[in-house]
Amino acid sequence: MTALNLATQNGLRPEAAEIATSPLAIRGLTVSYGEKPAIFSVDMTIRPGSMTAIIGPNGAGKSTLLKAALGIIRPLSGQTTVFGRPLDTQRARIAYVPQRASVDWDFPTTVLDVVLMGLYRELGLLRLVRSSHRKTAIDALQRVGMADFADRQIGQLSGGQQQRVFLARALAQGADLYLLDEPFAGVDAATEKAIIAVLKSLKAVGKTVVAVHHDLATVEQYFDHAFLINVRPVAEGTVAEAFTAESLQAAYGGRLATAQIDRLSQAG
Amino acid sequence: MSGAEFVPLSLTPILIGIFAAIACALPGNFLVLRRQALIGDAISHVVLPGIVVAFLLTGAVTAWPMMLGAAGAALISVVLIEAIRRLGRIETGAAMGVVFTAMFAAGVLLLERSDTSSVHLDVEHALMGNLESLIWLEATGWRSLLDPQALAGLPPELPRLALVLALVIAFTWVFWRPLKISTFDEGFAQVLGMRTDLLGIALVMIAAIAAVAAFDAVGSIIVIAMFICPPAAARLMTDDLARQVGWSVVFATLSAILGYVFAGYGPLWLGGSDSVSAAGMIATVSGLILALAALFGPRRRGMMA
Repeated sequence: MTALNLATQNGLRPEAAEIATSPLAIRGLTVSYGEKPAIFSVDMTIRPGSMTAIIGPNGAGKSTLLKAALGIIRPLSGQTTVFGRPLDTQRARIAYVPQRASVDWDFPTTVLDVVLMGLYRELGLLRLVRSSHRKTAIDALQRVGMADFADRQIGQLSGGQQQRVFLARALAQGADLYLLDEPFAGVDAATEKAIIAVLKSLKAVGKTVVAVHHDLATVEQYFDHAFLINVRPVAEGTVAEAFTAESLQAAYGGRLATAQIDRLSQAG
Repeated sequence: MSGAEFVPLSLTPILIGIFAAIACALPGNFLVLRRQALIGDAISHVVLPGIVVAFLLTGAVTAWPMMLGAAGAALISVVLIEAIRRLGRIETGAAMGVVFTAMFAAGVLLLERSDTSSVHLDVEHALMGNLESLIWLEATGWRSLLDPQALAGLPPELPRLALVLALVIAFTWVFWRPLKISTFDEGFAQVLGMRTDLLGIALVMIAAIAAVAAFDAVGSIIVIAMFICPPAAARLMTDDLARQVGWSVVFATLSAILGYVFAGYGPLWLGGSDSVSAAGMIATVSGLILALAALFGPRRRGMMA
């Protein structure tokens, strides 16, 4: 919190100081796909070096929140700052891992090639791929246990392996902020363990991780911060502050049995 | 066949066929992977009324006014599609289908009602082009390729298509990485800072330029076939995008050469006395290549998995 104190001392209001130091700060974000808003007036301030789970029922706008914050979907209103600056100036510091199911895995390319896509900002249009670039990609694959698969066509991989390749591509980017959309959806238990180990190792070196997360049972085990949303923001803070019976009830309403909520909040 | 016969009568139509086929096949690779393959089909239908109007205004079959007319027609159709989609509340595919068919029908009607008998512009020409007539009468043999006077008599379609092909190759080469990344994973490409919307429009525009240039020389049948058949067959040969594009160029070239030869000599071999449309035969050969690739291509299982 020293950066925050510093910013406050420099005469910024606490709110402004918070935004200035936040890896991802969103204010008043509203997105609509038709007449009904998908997300409405969302404020979110991600803490530096935190691991935040974005939680909410189906259709709550979790993926939409990420996509709108990153400019993939055009919001009706709202602002995003990344490390206190406009998104466009900070793209090199962001690694985004889309939902695995959002791409066509029959695309004619290899595992190594997909990871090399993470080096696009460095390679640009025409720079040749050198052995140093290849090494960066192989190192990233090694961290997710996929180095042996470098030359495989991506369509030959299992769901868990595909998710690891996506994570390796993000690692190759060498970013400071990692945004993952449902990284554990449809993966095997071994992959889930491997992915969470990598994410925790990122946090250990001061990187910030934000993930759309589905499985309420693992929130406390995997994350230190939580952001609950159901179209409107419901709760934000450390897992102890935000992941409570009341806020779960508010986010999920009748969709989550009270007994389930009790069990989850007691587990914590 | 000697050079004295081959160069004036067959060299230019074959080259034009090859250039047109490759110019369409290159962007076709990305269009097929983006599941936008029918855009090529669409463009070749939509541009017809634009070309006819350009002819009616200028009174001659000249390249640049026709290109402008084609571009104008393409623009109008994009606006129409968007309008129908929003006002009619129907899906994009249906809106596109309606506009393309209507535009092509309007083109055919315009052609019928206007006096184009003095020039080579009619419904058959729109479908089949007129590849066989693009001969080089000034040539006397291979040496004419070095003779400036003879070269001046080349059919103008040849240098025009060569230019368009060069443009298509340059675009594919320079934007290879963004095209590849955004075709595979558009969201990721956007977060990297790529303007995937502009890139998508540029790809469609390049495809449109190739389609219009090819349309003029070889008709819409070949355009539709070349956007889809060589890339789709190439996908069945390899799991690598660069190799796929390479295969598609090979298949496009093969289709153009074999199609031209079969059209001219095939009926003779079968005991007939006539020849058939080269454009139609080129499209047929490309379809046969796709069928063979689907039956025997090494990567056909990957497509179904």
